Amino acid sequence: MLKKIRGTFIMIHECIVMSVSNIFGNKVRSFLTVLGIMIGVTAVIALITTVSGVSNSISSSFSSLGAGTISVSVSGSDLKDGMSKDDLNELALLDEVDGITPTVSLRAQITRGGKTQSNVTVSGKNAYYFHLNEDIVTHGRALNFIDDDNSSFVCLISDEMVSTFFYATNPIGETIYISGVPFTVVGRYEEDSSSGIASIFSGTSNIFIPYTTALKMNNANSVTSFTVYLAEGVESEDASSALETAMDAMFSYEEDTFTITTMSSIEETMESMMSMMAALLAGIASIALIVGGIGIMNMMLTTVTERTVEIGLKKALGAMPWQIQIQFLIESFMLSLIGGITGVLLGLLLSLIMSEVIGSTFVISVSAIVLGVGFSAAVGILFGWAPARKASRLNPIDALRSM
Amino acid sequence: MADLDFFRMTDICKDYLMGEEVAHILKHVSLTVDEGEYLSVLGPSGSGKSTLMNIIGCLDVPTSGTYVLHGKAVEDLTPAEQAELRSLEIGFIFQNSQLLPRLTALKNVELPLIYAGVRPKERHERASAMLDRVGLSDRMHHLPNQLSGGQQQRVAIARALVGNPSLLLADEPTGALDQKTGKQIMELFQAINDEGKTILMITHDMHIAEHAHRIVHIIDGELSEGGSTEDA
Repeated sequence: MLKKIRGTFIMIHECIVMSVSNIFGNKVRSFLTVLGIMIGVTAVIALITTVSGVSNSISSSFSSLGAGTISVSVSGSDLKDGMSKDDLNELALLDEVDGITPTVSLRAQITRGGKTQSNVTVSGKNAYYFHLNEDIVTHGRALNFIDDDNSSFVCLISDEMVSTFFYATNPIGETIYISGVPFTVVGRYEEDSSSGIASIFSGTSNIFIPYTTALKMNNANSVTSFTVYLAEGVESEDASSALETAMDAMFSYEEDTFTITTMSSIEETMESMMSMMAALLAGIASIALIVGGIGIMNMMLTTVTERTVEIGLKKALGAMPWQIQIQFLIESFMLSLIGGITGVLLGLLLSLIMSEVIGSTFVISVSAIVLGVGFSAAVGILFGWAPARKASRLNPIDALRSM
Repeated sequence: MADLDFFRMTDICKDYLMGEEVAHILKHVSLTVDEGEYLSVLGPSGSGKSTLMNIIGCLDVPTSGTYVLHGKAVEDLTPAEQAELRSLEIGFIFQNSQLLPRLTALKNVELPLIYAGVRPKERHERASAMLDRVGLSDRMHHLPNQLSGGQQQRVAIARALVGNPSLLLADEPTGALDQKTGKQIMELFQAINDEGKTILMITHDMHIAEHAHRIVHIIDGELSEGGSTEDA
């Protein structure tokens, strides 16, 4: 028994040596055969790696943008169309909540002296916003609670507005007109330069005024959209249920009056979309793998026909049917494995280049490599099976006579 | 008294279906060979001698009749067992030597030992000893196309002998060789037989057949004893 197992190992070792010599003895044909598998695996690896790199970048920018925040949009009911200042203050007092920034904005025409600029985005902010973003105020002061409470006609303007309206003069204390209403400039701020993906969601604006003032300018008395900043160590699920309880009470338990969106839920949606896309692309790419497998099968069938004499001879010399079968199986396995490994290397190279071009992170996906190599090896065995079986069943006499 | 179980064919028939008709290639062939004998089967082409050789070599099974080789009834064996029997008991020599073109002489001789599961080191030793025996110790690492026809046939003989089979089965071993080289091969066969190896040679050439110690004729699938060449 032991001798038999040892003999099998010796045989398989010789089969590998022989199949390598066969593969390399016919370089051009082997290369062409392997090409199909190679392209398939390259495509699968490159797609999976690139997509997972892109989704990694997206989710990392998401978490930098929205870690510990919850956005709420309010559709309101017939009785109550949004959140009043007091409602917001009440929510801000919840244990789970650190603070709230309402989102109120308007587009307005700005005039000062002889200069006019229309369609400028004016954002209503509260004191908490400046508490979070202390660094952005470069001159003068930030907006404070008193401004919020009194709906003061004060504003902060961006450096861009300063250069448009106050060339070479100090804007602090001066007056500008927003939609014809006079506002006193109390400070200037620097626009967030770390824009990137974040700016798509937050937008840029050129003038900040107290949000209560902005509501007045919009002829509204309630806020319909705001962002909640969580207290430290609070899970967004806990916070969102606390918010829900509080807001349900505010809206007299009417249905469909507000929507709470946590960043993690957005992230999850993004991620599942990304992985669906990756799976779809990989599915398309794996068609190439199947085509490659058919190529290998074709080549192996040709080889079996060409090598009938060799097969017959080996049988005459005492090779058992399974020994012949395993020799051909090893050959097709080796062929597709070579294709698989070069495909993985090429795919990784390609996705490295892609990640440089797109600017996403390059992450080596182990599962993609295992998938690529494993799939190609499976293709080799699967599509090598029939030809190998054919070879093992050849009648040695017919085989030798065909010479 | 000969050992009856070394090689005994009794009433072997082989039929082939040729379209609608059944062709009787071998008709009730009976043959007994003793261990250490040097026998040739002489017959023209189409006489059924290749079919006979395939049955003797366990490459084909008879339609009816029994064939016992070294105590084993071949028709009862599975294809795998037949392969094992070929590997252990029979050394084949073909007309065109049939060496694998991509393997060196040494590797070609090692081939039967690979299928028998012999270790590389022992394989190497036995194969080179056998090449030495057929006078090719200086050609071991040559590829078949770097060898002459006679040298190729010697490699084939070494390959047939390396597994130490009980029966050497040769199909027209000199068919592709010139007369002088053919004579050298026949001398080698004689030397191998002198060492006690049983040789069964199939040929259509009377001059070659005469090298054997006993000749049987096969004509139209029927076998007839031609007597001992020493008597002739």
